[in-house]
Amino acid sequence: MSKYQPFRFKKLPISFLLDVKALIIFAILSTITLIVMILSIGMGEMNIHPLDVIRALFGAGEKMHTVVIQTFRVPRIIIGFIVGASLAISGAIMQGVIRNPLASPDIIGITAGAGAAVVTFLTVFLDVKDNSLTVSMGWLPVVAFIGATVMALLIYGLAWNKGVSPIRLVLVGVGLDAAMHAVITVMMIFGPLILATQEKIWLTGSVYGSTWENVWTLLPWFCFFLPFIFVIARNLNIQELGDDLSKGAGTAVQRQRLILMLVSTALAGGAVAFAGGIGFVGLLAPHLARQLVGSAFGALLPVSGLIGGLIVLLADLIARTALSPLDIPAGVFTASIGAPYFIYLLYKNRNM
Amino acid sequence: MTFLFSTRILKIIGILIGVFLLIFSGISSILFGLTDISWEMVLHAYTNFDGSNEQLIIKTSRVPRMLVAIAVGVSSAIAGALMQALSRNPLAAPDIFGLNAGASFFIVFSVAFLGTSSLSSFIWIAFLGAGISALAIYLLGSVGRNGLTPMKLTLAGASIAALFSSLTKGILTLNEKALDEVLFWLAGSVEGRKLEMLFPVLPFMIFAWLASFFMAKQVNTLAMGEDVAKGLGQRTIWVKTITWMLIVLLAGSSVAVAGPIGFIGIVIPHIARAMVGIDHRWIIPYCAILGAILLLLADIGARFVIMPKEVPVGVMTALVGTPFFIYIARKGFSKS
Repeated sequence: MSKYQPFRFKKLPISFLLDVKALIIFAILSTITLIVMILSIGMGEMNIHPLDVIRALFGAGEKMHTVVIQTFRVPRIIIGFIVGASLAISGAIMQGVIRNPLASPDIIGITAGAGAAVVTFLTVFLDVKDNSLTVSMGWLPVVAFIGATVMALLIYGLAWNKGVSPIRLVLVGVGLDAAMHAVITVMMIFGPLILATQEKIWLTGSVYGSTWENVWTLLPWFCFFLPFIFVIARNLNIQELGDDLSKGAGTAVQRQRLILMLVSTALAGGAVAFAGGIGFVGLLAPHLARQLVGSAFGALLPVSGLIGGLIVLLADLIARTALSPLDIPAGVFTASIGAPYFIYLLYKNRNM
Repeated sequence: MTFLFSTRILKIIGILIGVFLLIFSGISSILFGLTDISWEMVLHAYTNFDGSNEQLIIKTSRVPRMLVAIAVGVSSAIAGALMQALSRNPLAAPDIFGLNAGASFFIVFSVAFLGTSSLSSFIWIAFLGAGISALAIYLLGSVGRNGLTPMKLTLAGASIAALFSSLTKGILTLNEKALDEVLFWLAGSVEGRKLEMLFPVLPFMIFAWLASFFMAKQVNTLAMGEDVAKGLGQRTIWVKTITWMLIVLLAGSSVAVAGPIGFIGIVIPHIARAMVGIDHRWIIPYCAILGAILLLLADIGARFVIMPKEVPVGVMTALVGTPFFIYIARKGFSKS
């Protein structure tokens, strides 16, 4: 009895395999995510009953509730979820391409590249007289995104030597990551202290102050890449077998590797642009997903995405409410949410 | 795969060049800095001490600092090499596997909640922290039927690292006073370390250096894979346990003295491998020498970048080491 259920259509030239167990897990996780979202919308400085939340979402609640929920909480929740999902999928793709369980956008330097760009931007455009920026803060996501992309291209370019091998990719990435962290530290030492605090929050990662405008920028970007992951899942499965086998199976290894890296960077870059350097989601979420649904990427990518989104939602919820009115960056808690559960799963699946 | 020193003679010559460079950078580390110091002053400081400023600087700052840099450089590089062999993962290093994160967490915890503040008590707390997280990783990595497998070790290390650094960040966000006190420690530095801080851990370090060297042959066998090693008659569980204990001693003592200095542990073993191939009997001595040289040079650089202030030495190791490392990564692995 296979764990896959094949689907064929008489009229359409399409068929696919459906992993039933993964589908059930996906459904359960989606439900949990939805519940956490509604609870999270209701909690904060002003506590709102979940039923009122649902009413307010459909515009039928009290005016006060509707304003708080629709202008402040909902965008923040949506951004949090997308950011987590993007980072997790990006990490899962990277772990497949590089064939290393430690690979993730923050370890091979993509997050650090964005960080270095942001810190440099803030230092260069700071008006020393009144501690304000000489250009609009709205450029920050653009700068972060450019930083991440340039970094990814640099890693790819430097690792190129008649093709890109996973080991060179990861080693060049680690080297550049260290260099970028050095740049960040030097900039922070040179710049004024007030800037260092701001930069620290950005580097830790936070979804504080997300607006609808952010949502409307990030959501289409994320949705544009979403269908890709179902197409590239097959390529990833083959890439994981190693260069020789996948070449033997008839794939254009180098071209697919480039495409996979681009998708991964695009997702990570978008996430970093709006939430800063939220760490560990890209590393842990794919492993959590692997413990739940196995390592075939067709199921792994969507489940990682859900888990990543859930981790950031929970982390942000704790960060907002634990020490209210203090609003702690969500990046502080991402690992304390994900890691214990991961350790538990590791222990539970110890004989696999 | 090609490497720089392919014959035995060349490898020995390489070691000699390395030792020469090490002595050279050690001496430079005493002589150069904010206060310029001459040869004679160094000799006089130890033959006829007159209590002048320069002599005090030599005795209380420069020489201890050089020795700490050497000891920490050697230890972190060897720890990295052993870790990469044990986990069969080229990314393994004390900072990625949670030992540094464990040490940092214990330091931050004790500063925030127990009111510790002296550097000398930090040593044992950091050592304890690294030891506890190492134990946790080892236990978590070896539960289950197959014992300690590289994959489980890697995953356990990554998750413990994530957990501890997250908890550290949490405490630091909530307690700004603690942040102020430990920030200089968390950056990792060999500046301001006294000989009295090095001496308590030095025996552990030296023991672990020698032991790693004698374990090298076993590590070679283990690196071929669990099944092969067992087939050759090795008791893999013992080799793995002893290697892990050596890693704890090396990484624990260096983080105890100098704070979490990253980069060396991950990068130096790759450079050493590009030079001498995959035999750990050569990798370990090369790691030792290269690690010490890199940390000494980085420490000298750290004094000059923003005179009279200093940048954290971890920043300099990255800036000095990265171009070289990327060159090695491009050249050294093109044929593997």
